[in-house]
Amino acid sequence: MFGWEFPPHISGGLGTACYGLTRGLSHIPGVQVLFVVPKAHGDEDQSAIRLVGANQVPVKHRTLQLKHFSRTLDYIEVGSKLVPYMDPEEYWRHTVAENFKQLALLNTNTEGLVKFSGKYGADLLREIRDYALVANVIAQDYAFDLIHAHDWLTYPAGIAAKEATGKPLVVHVHATDFDRSGGSVNPAVFDIEKRGMDAADKVITVSNLTRKIVIEKYGINPEKVVTVYNAVEPYEASSEEAPKKGVNEKIVTFLGRITMQKGPEYFVEAARRVLKRMDNVRFVMAGSGDMMECMIRRCAQLKISDKFHFTGFLKGDDVFDMLRMSDLYVMPSVSEPFGISPLEAMQSNVPVLISHQSGVSEILTYAIKTNFWDVDAMADAIYGVLNYGGMSKMFVTHGKQEVDNLKWDNSALHVKQVYDKVLGSH
Amino acid sequence: MKTICFYFQVHQPFRFRRYRFFDIGNDHYYYDDYTNESVMTKVASKCYIPANNLLLKMLKAHKGKFKVSFSISGLAIEQFQLYAPEVLDSFKELADTGMVEFLAETYSHSLVSLKDKDAFRSQVEAHSKLIEELFGKRPQVFRNTELIYSDLLGEMVADMGYKAMLTEGAKHILGWKSPNFLYCNAINPRLKVLLKNYKLSDDIAFRFGNKSWSEWPLTAPKFVDWLKKLDSREEVINLFMDYETFGEHQDKSTGIFEFLENIPIAAFKTKELSFSTPSEIAESLQPVAPVSVPHPISWADEERDLTAWLGNEMQEEAFNKLYALLPKIAQCNDPKLLKDWNFLQSSDHFYYMCTKFFSDGDVHAYFNPYETPYQAFINYMNVLSDFTIRLNAAVPKSGLDQEIANLTEVLNAKEEKIKKMEDEIQKLRKRRMSSKAPASGKSKAKAMNS
Repeated sequence: MFGWEFPPHISGGLGTACYGLTRGLSHIPGVQVLFVVPKAHGDEDQSAIRLVGANQVPVKHRTLQLKHFSRTLDYIEVGSKLVPYMDPEEYWRHTVAENFKQLALLNTNTEGLVKFSGKYGADLLREIRDYALVANVIAQDYAFDLIHAHDWLTYPAGIAAKEATGKPLVVHVHATDFDRSGGSVNPAVFDIEKRGMDAADKVITVSNLTRKIVIEKYGINPEKVVTVYNAVEPYEASSEEAPKKGVNEKIVTFLGRITMQKGPEYFVEAARRVLKRMDNVRFVMAGSGDMMECMIRRCAQLKISDKFHFTGFLKGDDVFDMLRMSDLYVMPSVSEPFGISPLEAMQSNVPVLISHQSGVSEILTYAIKTNFWDVDAMADAIYGVLNYGGMSKMFVTHGKQEVDNLKWDNSALHVKQVYDKVLGSH
Repeated sequence: MKTICFYFQVHQPFRFRRYRFFDIGNDHYYYDDYTNESVMTKVASKCYIPANNLLLKMLKAHKGKFKVSFSISGLAIEQFQLYAPEVLDSFKELADTGMVEFLAETYSHSLVSLKDKDAFRSQVEAHSKLIEELFGKRPQVFRNTELIYSDLLGEMVADMGYKAMLTEGAKHILGWKSPNFLYCNAINPRLKVLLKNYKLSDDIAFRFGNKSWSEWPLTAPKFVDWLKKLDSREEVINLFMDYETFGEHQDKSTGIFEFLENIPIAAFKTKELSFSTPSEIAESLQPVAPVSVPHPISWADEERDLTAWLGNEMQEEAFNKLYALLPKIAQCNDPKLLKDWNFLQSSDHFYYMCTKFFSDGDVHAYFNPYETPYQAFINYMNVLSDFTIRLNAAVPKSGLDQEIANLTEVLNAKEEKIKKMEDEIQKLRKRRMSSKAPASGKSKAKAMNS
């Protein structure tokens, strides 16, 4: 399996999903997972690293003994700068920043400036290719029956492994570039995605919403595309007492990257409408992203900044503290393939408001759903949950039950069925 | 004979710590003591103490012929008391020479003058009282925060009993006119207006140590020579600047202290130049004309307007939300809250939210604790939210009571009005009836029509 991130270093939904799914699979008899991840930051133990292949990429093999796993997991880290959620532009910025840091030490600035110009996008694509090369080597060194690749950055690796061994390939679509870019798709990314899906024997999508995109926009045969919903890790209620909520007012929270995909501007507009009707409420936008400054200005324009707070990127416990302080969690995503975070909110006994344009809305009954653009409906719903205690109570109790039934073991079983089909026909 | 008027601004704000959303309602301490103390001790040792010592030496050496003036904000004085009491003592020593005038300003170095007359008045009063307490003399001349001035503001200040006010000699206000005369307010001519000569002031404050400036190095004889060459009819040269110019903005190594020390020596050599304080100028010179300033001006940035503090949505929002609390503040007498209220108002907080990076970014970055204006805004609003919660708790319900009282008053007034109108209607009706009743009435009307 070519995947992403493992605890404790998890940066988003993709890592959480890979981890949960792997864990679920480990509980199924007869399934053994070999997990390959790119690891960017070079802080790993150097002694265990050996160099693989002509491209000199460091690779480290570990055997992980994990809590909640029925057996040990073979885990391979590949020294690569790939990070989930990157697009070529962002990656370029990232490398430039990194290289400038080195430049400051080397003191070769004028030369260096020339060196980086015009390299837009190229580096990320090279990194992906390197990763694929390593995948090819790994595929020859290890024995397995099937290849499973998560999201576009690892599709080339999946294809390479398939070419090396002839084993069937399953690609897992957690998001497409249509979700990330809001329509203005990067052709290079689209190309990689399409090739991955074409090469795959089966495509797993995280929702019917994504399945539709895969079929319609990428022209993939519908029979090849299967939806397997994500789930959520059971919540371990921490023994610590909840953080003291400093305000008497209700708190409505938006938690996520502040990017176009997540629809932050609709949250702001809805907040304004609610604040016209009631006073004892505060809105919080937790997270960071390229639209944050724009949102701050918008709030100032709407004159609601005294009731609308930005926390910046929240780390670790702060996320749960924020959730537990909240009276309502809002995810107005414009295009969300799945969206695990509302499930986590529900586990923390927080009612959720999600957009119809999110995959998770397909499986949740006890969540309020509106269209992302319908800020009036959103404002209505927010007002209702905050003011009519019964409504909120119903969502909390039933929602909790609902979400507790969403188990990774079930998702893993579905994935196993996909595997069986692929292997049977192969 | 021309006279030179030196005025130095002394101000330090209470900078906020990083105040997070989670702190709202839980933690009511807003200040970054470490930064405040370290900035204050640094500036005290680089500027306030050496510059005060130098001035004291000069004042004594020139035996009453050299004079300067200061405006020290209430917040700066509080910080001296907290972190550098020796600075305050040395200012008192300067005051004792009798050659130093201390001006009035708003206690919090605030922008309240743009918002509320009563609050403005009380803040200025608080500051004047403090200055009188410390230096033994009640200020007679007023300088507003950031030299903000308009005709209306000037009138307000005249009403408050000050005889003169300082402001910027902004190009768009003066046009062809020279700042080197005494002017007066356009509404109330009894208020004299001193205009900053921004070219000569900025030569010292901004350009002095700049080696790429064509006039570098600037020496005292050269500068005095410039003053000499001014039109012979001009009367006063107003050199207004931040006191931190000496030793902080312009490092000691640029020779700024030597420059200052030699200015009066070179000036007295010419026998054409003297030194005066603002109130002396207001008394001895005749205003040549009123200066018309319909829209507020300030001494900041290229535009000389308010956009450094109130130029974008964030600044407007923070400013309006802050002063929306005024009615509650008027009812509040909790000293802790009132103290925070003072600290919240200083114009610096708004300055940090400025997004005009391109023209004057360097000046804005000075002592700025925030990485971006957005961060500054978020932090400020978080602090303000907590403050508002506390204020609402301290002034319980009275807001509502007040409102009810106000509404009943309005209702009563309206009822009275209705009664009056009803009476009038009745009267009119009676008159009509009486005029209709006799038959002759109709014919009379007809006769009039024809």
